[in-house]
Amino acid sequence: MNRRAIPLGDVALLLLIILFCVFPFYWMVTTSLKTQVVALSTPPVWAFEPTFSNYTTVLFDEKVGASLINSLIVAVCTTALALLLGTPAAFALARFEFRGKRDLWFWFITNRMVSPIVLALPFFLIVRSFKMLDTHIALILIYLTFNLPIVIWICTDQFRSIPKDLDEAAVLDGAGPLRVFWKICLPLAAPGVAVSAIFSFIFSWNELMFALVLTRNAAKTAPAMAVGFMEGYNLPYGKIMATSTLIVIPVVIFALIASKQLVRGLTMGAVK
Amino acid sequence: MLRYQNRRLTIFWFLGPAVISLLLVGIAPLVFAVYTSFHRYQLTNLRSTPFVGFKNYLFVLTDGVFWEAMGRTFTLLLMSLPIQIALGMGIALLLHKPGLGYLRTLTRLGLVIPMATTYAVVGLLGQVMFNIKYGVINQLIGFLGVSPINWLGDSTNAFAAVVFWDIWQWTPFCALVLLAGLTTVPGEVEEAAKLETKNWWKVLRHVQLPFLIPGLTALFILRTADTLKLFDMVFTMTRGGPGSATELISLLIQRVGFRAFDQGLASAQAIILLILTIVLSMLYIRFFYKEVAQ
Repeated sequence: MNRRAIPLGDVALLLLIILFCVFPFYWMVTTSLKTQVVALSTPPVWAFEPTFSNYTTVLFDEKVGASLINSLIVAVCTTALALLLGTPAAFALARFEFRGKRDLWFWFITNRMVSPIVLALPFFLIVRSFKMLDTHIALILIYLTFNLPIVIWICTDQFRSIPKDLDEAAVLDGAGPLRVFWKICLPLAAPGVAVSAIFSFIFSWNELMFALVLTRNAAKTAPAMAVGFMEGYNLPYGKIMATSTLIVIPVVIFALIASKQLVRGLTMGAVK
Repeated sequence: MLRYQNRRLTIFWFLGPAVISLLLVGIAPLVFAVYTSFHRYQLTNLRSTPFVGFKNYLFVLTDGVFWEAMGRTFTLLLMSLPIQIALGMGIALLLHKPGLGYLRTLTRLGLVIPMATTYAVVGLLGQVMFNIKYGVINQLIGFLGVSPINWLGDSTNAFAAVVFWDIWQWTPFCALVLLAGLTTVPGEVEEAAKLETKNWWKVLRHVQLPFLIPGLTALFILRTADTLKLFDMVFTMTRGGPGSATELISLLIQRVGFRAFDQGLASAQAIILLILTIVLSMLYIRFFYKEVAQ
């Protein structure tokens, strides 16, 4: 096949696909740079003088800054907790033989299938009775229901790919299982651990429904905040899109970094 | 296999914390949901929560609203999944062609953006882009000579907007899963087949399809589960409206539980949804993995 001769039709199609994928993103960013008057012009304007006023307004007057910090606290803590609990479990699933191992692994993974609304109702009542509504900790804990499975799933695979000779040599030298895990396997599994951390962060950062149900003010995350702008008749388009852009940018950056593993992360529960 | 002393204890220390915490945050609430589903559990009146037996379940199972929401959810799945798979297959075949160079990389990066975009933001974007007066979609179709459409104010159109965003967000995922499947076809086999025939459909049907079955299985399972879970995007775009035109099953449960404050009824709906999810996943796995084994 001649490498230089790419059919023009294919090029056009690929460009069309890229355009289709990127256009809403482009529209979000440009709308966030419009004043309310420009944003509410009919027909929509494509060329205009950009302004950052929406960003300064939402960040400093509208508490979006605080909500972004809440999102960050929740996403980072739940990711750290999922790694702390999940990596040893993944190590055990990859290295030890015991009865019911397959079933246990399967149970971890099938959490992916359960609709979060099923958990949201009872979790709300439980959290309420503990007087923990509107706290970070409630979100951090409930997000474990999807973060822990993803960490276990990706890390189990990663630990399995590390040759067993290394552990066996260490065991002969008198190292215990904790030492083998901490000193030998975990550093070697760093790429997988990093990918699972990125996923855990993205899923937690993007989550809306639990945040809507479990937070009011103090712990309100950025997506829940953005939804709050949707009330009333005259929607502040610029502010909504500025908040949206602030939410989406870090996720897109992370997703592009992990783009090679993104598909794998999303297929959890359906691939062996 | 490694031999450690006190193996059972070791395994417990490694696995215990994860298992126990998932039991506490994932299973304990489910047990509690089963409990509330058998009681009258109004958030506005929690002093008296009498046991009502299967009353909530009977109500749900005979409730038109519940089955309509279920019907809408599966309508969405049946409308968007075939399009996602067809478009995704097209994109995958296109990207699978040799000699595309950096354009392939660029496309792959472009495909990541819809998947990564926060679901809630997709819904907000829907409000902005599909707005009847200020929306860019009506402007774009205006260039093609179509008069403005009332997207979000009309039942059918609002549902179409939901389908559109679902396709936008998940076609890239289908494309990348299928592309991964295409790369598992051994090169020699594919080249031999392509020398044999110029018909791409024959190559796809007889040579590539067997290698795509695992990917397609995964897509069926995951898209079904994700559609049953879909909440954020629809909630931020339409709140289930106009009327109840886009009220999918998870939006209905949320409304009953948190806006009508009837936790007992909502729990019964949630438990039925959970049972349905489990049955569906088992059916899928049994049916498709048998296919793969053949």
